[in-house]
Amino acid sequence: MDHIFEKYILKKPENLIPLLQEIQKENGYLTDEIIERVSAHLNIPTNKIYGVATFYDQFRFKQKGKYHIQVCRGTSCYLCSSTSYLKEIEKLLKVKAGSLSRDKKFSFETVSCMGGCSQSPVIRINDKTYHHLSLAELHTLIRSLREKTE
Amino acid sequence: MPTQAITDNRAFLVEKVIKNYSGIFDASTTERVAVIRRDKISRPVIYLGTGTSGSISGAKATLGKINSYLSEARFSADIIEVGCTGFCSAEPLLDIQLPGKTRLSFRNVTEDKVEDILNSVFHHTLPDDHILGQYKQDGLEEWPNIPMLEQISWFSLQRRHILKNAGIISPASIEDYIVRGGYKSLYKTVLNYPADKICEIIEQSELRGRGGGGYPTGKKWKVALDTAGDQKFMICNADESDPGAFMDRAVIESDPHRVIEGIAIAAYAIGASQAIIYVRTDYENSLKILEQAIGQAKDYGMIGEDIFGSGFNLSVSIRQGAGAFVCGEETALLSSLEGQRGLPRSKPPFPAEKGLWEHPTVINNVETLANVPGILENGPGWFKAVGTKYSKGTKLFSIAGKSVYTGFIEVPMGLTFSTIISQIAGGVKDGRALKAVQLGGPSGVCIPPADLETPLDYEALSDKGVNLGLGGLIILDDKTCMVNLARYFIEFLQNESCGKCIPCREGTSKMLDILEGITKRPKEESTHETLERFKGVVQLENLASVIRDTSLCGLGRNAPNPVLSSLKWFREEFEEHIFDRKCSAGVCHDLRSFYIDVDLCNGCNICQKKCPENAIVGSLKMPHFIIESKCTGCAICFDACKFSAIFFK
Repeated sequence: MDHIFEKYILKKPENLIPLLQEIQKENGYLTDEIIERVSAHLNIPTNKIYGVATFYDQFRFKQKGKYHIQVCRGTSCYLCSSTSYLKEIEKLLKVKAGSLSRDKKFSFETVSCMGGCSQSPVIRINDKTYHHLSLAELHTLIRSLREKTE
Repeated sequence: MPTQAITDNRAFLVEKVIKNYSGIFDASTTERVAVIRRDKISRPVIYLGTGTSGSISGAKATLGKINSYLSEARFSADIIEVGCTGFCSAEPLLDIQLPGKTRLSFRNVTEDKVEDILNSVFHHTLPDDHILGQYKQDGLEEWPNIPMLEQISWFSLQRRHILKNAGIISPASIEDYIVRGGYKSLYKTVLNYPADKICEIIEQSELRGRGGGGYPTGKKWKVALDTAGDQKFMICNADESDPGAFMDRAVIESDPHRVIEGIAIAAYAIGASQAIIYVRTDYENSLKILEQAIGQAKDYGMIGEDIFGSGFNLSVSIRQGAGAFVCGEETALLSSLEGQRGLPRSKPPFPAEKGLWEHPTVINNVETLANVPGILENGPGWFKAVGTKYSKGTKLFSIAGKSVYTGFIEVPMGLTFSTIISQIAGGVKDGRALKAVQLGGPSGVCIPPADLETPLDYEALSDKGVNLGLGGLIILDDKTCMVNLARYFIEFLQNESCGKCIPCREGTSKMLDILEGITKRPKEESTHETLERFKGVVQLENLASVIRDTSLCGLGRNAPNPVLSSLKWFREEFEEHIFDRKCSAGVCHDLRSFYIDVDLCNGCNICQKKCPENAIVGSLKMPHFIIESKCTGCAICFDACKFSAIFFK
């Protein structure tokens, strides 16, 4: 992570959010150690950093799974019953939104809007976005990911 | 040598095209521009919409298929990735242009359709299906019996000023933008006008902020220009955190240089040397395209040091919004840029006087800034000619939900809801009835069918309590439960409330409690909680007006909108939920009543065993029954029945 810190050499408070964003991009989530290191680097108290990080939806403090599932809860997706995806995934993976499955393969969260409203309902797994999936298709998709061994 | 060619093109475009004031070219320039514009091509060009909507619909797979088709069939053709024309429900959109012929557009071209379409068009015939229309291009041969795109219902009522290039040009190419008149306005601005003249021109055009309150843009700029300060900032708000709206994303993805040119002109007008674009972090594609576009603009000298030799310097940077709805509010956005929690500040002082680190700062949203180059190019009179008395110009709307067609459109101000829904969006999907139109995101309002003749402009909508700027239109059909929708919006707003002021923080959470009480059915109705719940219902309207009147920022002040507007227009639905404990739309699961179809039930007894309330009676191999008074609507029996014998009303 050193190269990220080197990029933000100036101890300006406005560098806090971009710094955290880049670290999370690399590490996947924020840990206590990271917050302490950022605090020492930018000279901002840890409590302030934690306060800022928890304010924004983007920052997470839990590990991501190998497959990170995001279910859109925007208005359009909500109307097109994205809630049924939520329930189905909770049932299938036996995890609640915002947590990691026991085998650490899947993590799952809801997001406020992906901007794909004209294709609702949408769901994203890692970098791929799917739209108009039927529950059966979702089943098959998740099952195939679960059975992938590599 | 590629480097040589680029430099040449750059010098040509800057010297001969941008700096050519009259717009009248000599023969060799005309020729070269036609080649860059791809009006004159030597081999076929394939255009594919790979913006966010296109990608979601499978454009990447289509692209792969096109490539493999071309190499297999040994056809040579150029492939250009474009943004979106706005007709998102027709994505992936594939256009093909053959030398000498007009550009043909095909809709819903998923990978399996590629071969058929390319095969026929390359052999100068037309496939049977998937044809959308053809572009109007002077001097090129038209395809027979194919409608012009502008005649198609989705496009015919639109007035595309900002979206002029959307879906037509490559967002990855600054050349495409320049040969269509791009950056000419910036040149005109920095060379001919002092800053206050630009503010004046924008004020004359009566352009109003497209982000929220509709404050006159020219006035805002003038305040920032007149405020003394050694450092000023121009900020482009591309946070667009309203679920259901995606116009700003679309503009950036389809025509990023228009936004950058708008930012540069605005920065010049207020005397800023630094501009920041605040983009939602979820918009990965927009981020990528913007970064590339800024790099090109720098390369061409459109931003950077000493622009066009005028002495005007401007650096443009991107900041990613970290995902907070409240940061769409301008003062909260400033807090976020300063590295703090995105808490709004009280106004005045307005950001134009004291903004980022107390420096004069102007914050405009993407759509406002995208309007600017057009106004400078064609004059304020051109802009004012469109629209209504107090709302001039065009407006972008995104259309989503239960309409036949979805996407984003640009229409003259003052068009009515009913025109947009019936003529552009094609009515309601699956032949269902329209229940309402939701405008303005979570803190917006619902407009009932009786009110659809309302014109879409600032004044008519502010009478309804909504800001026009939030141009997300969501079409609701008769399967929507308005109470549940209000609950959903309040849940969203309660989550996104920043917590600074009490009316919003506590009020929204109380409203959510009340609405949850209405949409759920307790086991017993005779308890103290029921009494408390009903007291809450009585107070709901009162609570909503207190939140509206006493909150600090726009988020709080508008938070009760969904409740107040649905209570106003759909009161009977609330009453049905409260008194009859029924949801006729069947959305509020806890209020459903379950029944067993005696003809389908074979008495397998599974439902009876699973029912936690012992509400199902019946003996083995005989049809069962549900005791309605005991049923809590948990739907366990519904899920358990293997014979689909259980249904609900």
